[in-house]
This record gives sequence, structure tokens and C-alpha cells, in this order.
Amino acid sequence: MAETAIELKGISKSFGAVHANRNIDLKIEAGTIHGIIGENGAGKSTLMSILYGFYQADRGRIDVAGKTVTIDTPSDAIALGIGMVHQHFMLVQNFTVLENVILGAEGEALLKTSIAKARSELERLERDYGLEVDPDAVIEDLPVGLQQRVEILKALYRGADILILDEPTGVLTPAEADHLFRILEQLKDEGKTIILITHKLREIMAITDNVSVMRQGAMVATRETAETSVEELAELMVGRRVLLQVEKGEATPGDVLLAVEGLTVKDSRGVTMVDNMSFEVRAGEIVGIAGVAGNGQSQLLDAITGVRKAVSGTVTLDGEPVDLTGAADPADLRERGMAHVPEDRHHVGLVLPFEENENAMLGYHRQAKYLNGPFLNIEAIRADAREKIEKYDIRPPDSRLRTANFSGGNQQKIVLAREMEQDPKVLIVGQPTRGVDVGAIEFIHKRLIDMRDQGKAVLLVSVELDEIRSLSDRILVMFAGRLVGERGPDASESELGLLMAGVEEKEAAE
Amino acid sequence: MDFFHSLILVLDSTVRLSIPLLLAALAGLYSERSGVFDIGLEGKMLAGAFAAGAAAAVTGSAWAGLGAAMLISIFLALVHGFASITHRGNQIVSGVAINFIAAGSTIILGQAWFRQGGRTPSLPGEARFSSIDLPFAEAVRDVPILGEVYSELISGHSLLTYAAFLLVPFTWWVLFRTRFGLRLRAVGENPAAVDTAGISVSWLRYRAVICTGVLTGMAGTYLSLAQNAGFVKDMTAGRGFIALAALIFAKWRPVPVMFACLLFGFLDAFAIRIQGTPLPLIGQVPVQFMQALPYILTVVLLAGFIGKAVPPRAGGVPYVKER
Repeated sequence: MAETAIELKGISKSFGAVHANRNIDLKIEAGTIHGIIGENGAGKSTLMSILYGFYQADRGRIDVAGKTVTIDTPSDAIALGIGMVHQHFMLVQNFTVLENVILGAEGEALLKTSIAKARSELERLERDYGLEVDPDAVIEDLPVGLQQRVEILKALYRGADILILDEPTGVLTPAEADHLFRILEQLKDEGKTIILITHKLREIMAITDNVSVMRQGAMVATRETAETSVEELAELMVGRRVLLQVEKGEATPGDVLLAVEGLTVKDSRGVTMVDNMSFEVRAGEIVGIAGVAGNGQSQLLDAITGVRKAVSGTVTLDGEPVDLTGAADPADLRERGMAHVPEDRHHVGLVLPFEENENAMLGYHRQAKYLNGPFLNIEAIRADAREKIEKYDIRPPDSRLRTANFSGGNQQKIVLAREMEQDPKVLIVGQPTRGVDVGAIEFIHKRLIDMRDQGKAVLLVSVELDEIRSLSDRILVMFAGRLVGERGPDASESELGLLMAGVEEKEAAE
Repeated sequence: MDFFHSLILVLDSTVRLSIPLLLAALAGLYSERSGVFDIGLEGKMLAGAFAAGAAAAVTGSAWAGLGAAMLISIFLALVHGFASITHRGNQIVSGVAINFIAAGSTIILGQAWFRQGGRTPSLPGEARFSSIDLPFAEAVRDVPILGEVYSELISGHSLLTYAAFLLVPFTWWVLFRTRFGLRLRAVGENPAAVDTAGISVSWLRYRAVICTGVLTGMAGTYLSLAQNAGFVKDMTAGRGFIALAALIFAKWRPVPVMFACLLFGFLDAFAIRIQGTPLPLIGQVPVQFMQALPYILTVVLLAGFIGKAVPPRAGGVPYVKER
């Protein structure tokens, strides 16, 4: 039995009403690579930020190397030999590699000697671990893979024995990721303990010794990697739940209303997030896009709805092209019949401080029925909002209430009512039931089926596999920005799970 | 020779007019490099000038004046810090508020204490930072060119002038050669990096605004105890804003800040020099135009001639740990 490097006992943390971590116990053996897996928002990053002293736990105890410790600030964690590579790099962009490495660990008040010392120490680290970086290069000129290497060097320079990596491969190309894994193996051989946070099952299987699964802020299981499987982990991660079976008849697909051809999209860091995707959505069908969060679904939605610039490809809405230069006017797209329920209702879908009736028509406010000459027709807007409240059972039924005061499910209904009642041709829906209570989920699912039966083309993107399976007429699986397979609605969960984990289609068929 | 003599005189007053700009701009440099924008340089300078004038009038000591100026302007800098660092308030609003407080309270207190219409009493020579004659200034006066440059241009300024010029290389050294400077620059670019490196973002920013307070206090003291013999209401006359412009113009770097301030000072000196003198081809230029020239040039220079001035990336943004 190996020594225990870190033991967490009963860690809990809340942000307002959100329980990010509930009573978490975790034991990490020294000299191993320990994976922590879970969906986005499962609380992995919060837990690690607590370990690194960035946040303080509300309750619980941390033991490092068998001793109970208090970690109030990152400097406490650093002193205990804990280093962290954050998901978003903590680097000063216009500093050199050397300056970034010594920041906070300069030693002396004057830089001259500390820089000289750091330079030789850095050379040693680079040699020992194969982490070559030009110490005088400026960070903003380096590719992300090298920037990450600087983060690792930073931690090692501070004498870290325990290295936490938060979603380290999210910004890396597959080749860079493989290189990173080799470095991690080597660090392990040197006796370092590594904690790898990820939502990618394949990485867990490839590199970890042990794996812990988190779901909705709780630690649901810990396994030896050799004795578990992708299927088991996926099940633990998503959580087996009663299938929300929705009553629906056969689809009767009509004309193609939305066609996506060769679409490629990069994120702001220049990483390809959507890679040459092509598909179409016909009138009267729901096409579901399944995938583990962070595999390019958000960027796909942004590109189709004209919010984000596409690198190449075309999107055709009812036979007419959509402007993909990033300059598309959302109002114009709405007019042409594309309704959009965004993934993030708080930041994109709603203006939370507004009254309900204002959000119930926002984006369509140029329509004549809401106007009275150059002015808004407040009476008409409120009457319209009351109608929607009735029809969508929005509670409390108060069109003058601030939107922020509605529950998540009711806020989502406000967005859905706004978009669906415009009688669009194409409805693009992102994560329709994220953070929505069970009752509202059922209602939302029913409304989506109704839209299909009215002959709308519905594109549904969701990380909830159950939702995809029960609603979709065709299921497309997205992994690492690519379409890796298409299945019918009767595809098994394990089959889709494997596709979502990036396991090759051939293997999945076996 | 006559032309040369006039040139020396213009350059001499360039130096005099640049010093308050230089001190204020260096003051702003510390704060803004740490990510705290400071539009309240003007107010702190004004309050400093008043405190210096008042304290020197009461005690008869220029040094007491300087001390009082620094204290009051550090106090105002801390108010700005409290609002924008601790309470994460809007830095522009806080800075503007400080400007208003300084403009109003200096007049009220001045009138209440000295009853001279908001002025402080005119100071005798020993209560001021008077000009210092460097060694041999008189002896070499008659040496052509170099002698005149030495005795007129280089010698004969106040202690604060020499201090201001020494502060330029000193600031550069602090910024690029010390641990404090490294952290200061880092916190203005990416406070999260500083925080995760185990350094307190707030304490670092507070130290930066204290540096700002010290230097704006010196700038104010220069106005009331070196350039003038006492405080006159609104005597900063927008210099805090010009200093801010010089800071942007110099892209937040100490040595270019000095040159920018000298340029603005020169424009000012030139405007004063040619007042009432008809220019060849143009003829008589209205005084108002000449007075406006530095400001017009500021706008033009800032608008097009310096390329993109990239401020510290985290400038103006209060640091909140992201969830």
C-alpha cells in the first residue's frame, strides 16, 4: 500500500445557493496519477481550487502527507508542495518565460540574482523532464502547448511534489496532448503525484492509475483504472436515471430547412473546435447532437446562429445562405425564421434585471405588433406576455416580475415561449433543460415534440444523453469537433457513450 | 546669439513647466501599471499644493509643506484605493470624485483659514523650495554656449526639479529591476496570475497607489512652493489630465514619460514666449489659440501619431476571483 499524499474529508463548498461540493471524501496515493472525472459543473475545479487555497471550504479537512493542514491561500498550498496548472493559464502575457516562472518566488528584492538563479534552475528542470522552452521568449508569442509547459515549469520551480492539472488537454491538439501525457508519466516516475481533472474518458483510461467520479458536486465513486471500463465510468459520470420517455409518433421529415456543409470553427485561442461538420435538418424532425460537454457544441451553435465567425463552410437556412463572417444580424436571422434558444440563458438568453414581459419579446421588439409608431406599445407587450405565461404555465404568473426572480425552469420557459411563439421554420435549441427541475423538463420536452409535429426543423444540442435519446429522430455524435457517427433513436446508451468518448466507430461496433 | 539666448530661455521654462507634469505622470504610472486607473491625479496634486502652501505658511518650513502635501495626497490615494481595490468600485467615478473634493475643499479651507479669497499667504523665500545655483554656475556664465547652457538651463532650479529627473531612472529601475516592480507589472496585466502565485493582489495595489500619493504630493508641492510662492485656487489648471495624456502617449514607460512631459512643457513655454509677437507669414496669433495649442496637440498626438497605446491589460478592472 502506497503512502497517502492527500486526503480530503467531508469537503463542502457553496456559492450562494449552488452546492458546488457536497461532503467530499478523497484519498490520493503518492506517486500515482489520479484522475478526477465528471461533467462540466460537477464540481471538480472547485474541489481542486480548494486544495490549492484559491477558495476556502465551508466544511471539511485536508490532510497532506498524513498531517492535517490549513490551506487558506495559494502560498500555503505552494509551501506544502502543491502546484496547479489552471484550465485558463495564469500567465502574464507580455512577460518572458523566466519572469513568469519566478513571479511570486523571486527570493530577493532585486531581480538580478534571482533571475540568474532561476535561469540555471530552469535549465536543469528542462533537462530533467524534457520540458524545453526558451526562457527569454515572451508568453504571448508561444503556442498554447508551450504556455502550458511554462505553467508546469512554474509549479516544479516552486518545488511541487503534487501537481494538479485542470482540464489540461482542452486547449491542446491530440499530438500535444500525447506529449503532455509522456511528460506526466515521466513526472510520476520521478515520484511526483499527479491529479488530472478531465471530462474525457479516454484520457482517464490512457494515463491514470486511479479514478474518482464526481457528479453534481458529490463524489460518487473511486475505482482502480485497470479494473473499470469506459462504460462504467460513463454511467457513473452521467448517472443512471429514469429515462424520461416522451410520447411521440413517427417523424415525417419534409424539405431540408437547415443545411450545414463543411463547417469549421475556431475558438478565440485559435483551437479548432468544429472540424469540417456537415449535416442537415429537415422539416418535421428533431436532430439531436450528442457529445460530452466541451467538444465543440457551443461553437457549432454560435456559428450556425451567426454569433461566431466560421473559418470555412456554409450554413443554409431554407435555401438561403447564412452570413458566417461573424457579422450576421441576429434580428435578420430571426426574421428569416431561425429561432434560437441559447445554451446559456443567464448571459445570452435573458436580461435578468428586466421585467418578464420585456424578456418575453426581446429580440423581436421591432415587430409591428409590439410597436406604437416609434415607441414600444407597452400594453400590447404585457398582454402578449400574459398570453405566453398562460400557455407555457410560467410561474409565478406575473409579467411584471423581474426575470431574475423566476426559477431556472421558468426562466427557460420564458425563453422557449419567446422563440417558439414566433412560428419559426428552424428552431435551434442548446441545453434546453440545464439546471431545470424535473417537472419543467417534461413540459419542455413535450413542447419540442409539438414543434416537430408542426413541421419545424429542430436542432437539439444537449449533453444529457437521455434527453437526446428520447427526443431525437436522428442522433449525431460529436467528439473533438467532429461528427463521429449517426444513429437512430433506438441506439443503445452504451453505443452512444462509446462514440461520445471518442472510441473509434469500428471498435464501438464490436 | 540673440536667437540662442531666447532658445535657452524657452528651454529653461520648458523644464519649469514640465516638472509638475513629470511628477504627476510618474505618479500615475505606478498606479496604472498596477491596474488601478487614476483620473484623480489632478485632485491629489491640487490638494497637495494646498497642503504644502498652508503648512509652509504656518510653519515657515518648505519641508513641512512637502510632508503635509505627501500626507494629504497619500490619504486621497488611499481613499481611491479603498473604493477601487477593496470595494471594487468604478475607478473613473472614484477619481472624478476626488477631483471634485479637492477643487472644492481647498477653496473652502483656504478661505476659512487664511481669508485671502482661497489663497494661502504669500511665502517668504525660506518657506519655499527656491532655486539652487550649482557650483561654478556664475564662474562659467561667460563661456560661450556651454557656459550659458550650464548656468541658465541646468543650474538654477529647485531641489524638486532635480529630484523629479532623478525619479525617472529610479522608476525605471524599480519597475524592471526589482521584485516589487515585477509584481507591480504583473498585477496590472493579470492579477489572477499574481493571486495564484501566492501574492496578495490588494496589498500590492495599495502599495502602488501609495507611491502615486507620494509623487502627486511632490507635484503639488512643486506648484505652490517652487513655481509659485503660495497656493492659488485651481492652480493645477488641468495639469493632472495633461500628465495622464503624457502617460498614455508614453505607453506607460518611464523614460518616454519624461520626453512626453518635456514636449508638453515645451509647447506651453513656446506659447508663452511668442504671445503678442507676430509670426512671419501668419501674423499676430490670438493668445487664446496659443494657450489652446498644447491641448490641441495632445488630442492630435493621441489620436494618430503614437500608434496603439495598449494599457495594462487589467487596467480599470477590479479583481474578483472568478468562479
